[in-house]
Amino acid sequence: MLKVVAIMLSGMAVGFLMRKRRLRVVPHAVTVLIWLLLFFLGVEVGENPQVIQGISHLGVEALWLSLSGLVGTIAFSWALWKWVSRQKGGDGK
Amino acid sequence: MKGSLIIVGFFILGIVCGVMHWLPDLNAYGNVSFLTLCALLFCVGMTVGNNTTLLKSFTKLDPRLMLLPLMTITGTLAATAIASLGMPGRSLTECLAVGSGFGYYSLSSILITQYNGPELGTVALLANIIREIFTLLGAPLLVRFFGPLAPISCGGATTMDTTLPIITRYSGENFVLISLFHGFLVDFSVPFLVTFFCTL
Repeated sequence: MLKVVAIMLSGMAVGFLMRKRRLRVVPHAVTVLIWLLLFFLGVEVGENPQVIQGISHLGVEALWLSLSGLVGTIAFSWALWKWVSRQKGGDGK
Repeated sequence: MKGSLIIVGFFILGIVCGVMHWLPDLNAYGNVSFLTLCALLFCVGMTVGNNTTLLKSFTKLDPRLMLLPLMTITGTLAATAIASLGMPGRSLTECLAVGSGFGYYSLSSILITQYNGPELGTVALLANIIREIFTLLGAPLLVRFFGPLAPISCGGATTMDTTLPIITRYSGENFVLISLFHGFLVDFSVPFLVTFFCTL
């Protein structure tokens, strides 16, 4: 976790040093790297027979629990966003 | 929508490659995906550091947004408690322990396996992987229908690492700092809440 934070901070430092220039390539790199990461996540899931077989046995329980948790969390964060953006008057950005 | 479909496409392609064993050396990929993650975080850091107006915007950040981690935790636990009523085979505390993973599947499944056995541990692993995948894939739609805080809340404990790039991409760079703040707090709550519900 410390490593992850350190990498982020060094990226921020490099970006700050280059603040005189518009880094147009970086957002495109982010998109491509997201694709790669999702591909690797898929490979990990596909290569793990426990996960693949487990999906048929325990997957329904997991799906039920995670989806209901997500519904609750979306509802609460939506309420917070409505509250915050209404008092700011407008789109809240 | 198009962005989301492309992402699903890459994920499915990955699963197919994994199941078919088209790619050599399984263990090397953990490392490659970690390095990819590092590259991503570095790029995200660069966009943040490059945008000096963002740093100024953080000082103007609404303190009420600091309530977001609390919303994530209470929202998830309240809904999971209700969901446990529909699962006769599982107790309330077992369901809450699974919910308390907040997407942090590696740690929560290990902890739950230790306290409650591998069966519930597998449920925790799958439930929290689903949560992370849902956040990664659903982020564009979540932002559109429920505002920029929704993917942060869904990301749970992962919003300071794995889901941070996608949140930056779809919620906007203005939400990077609240995402880091949120991920930090929720991440720390996972070991405490999971063990708490497992030992009740």
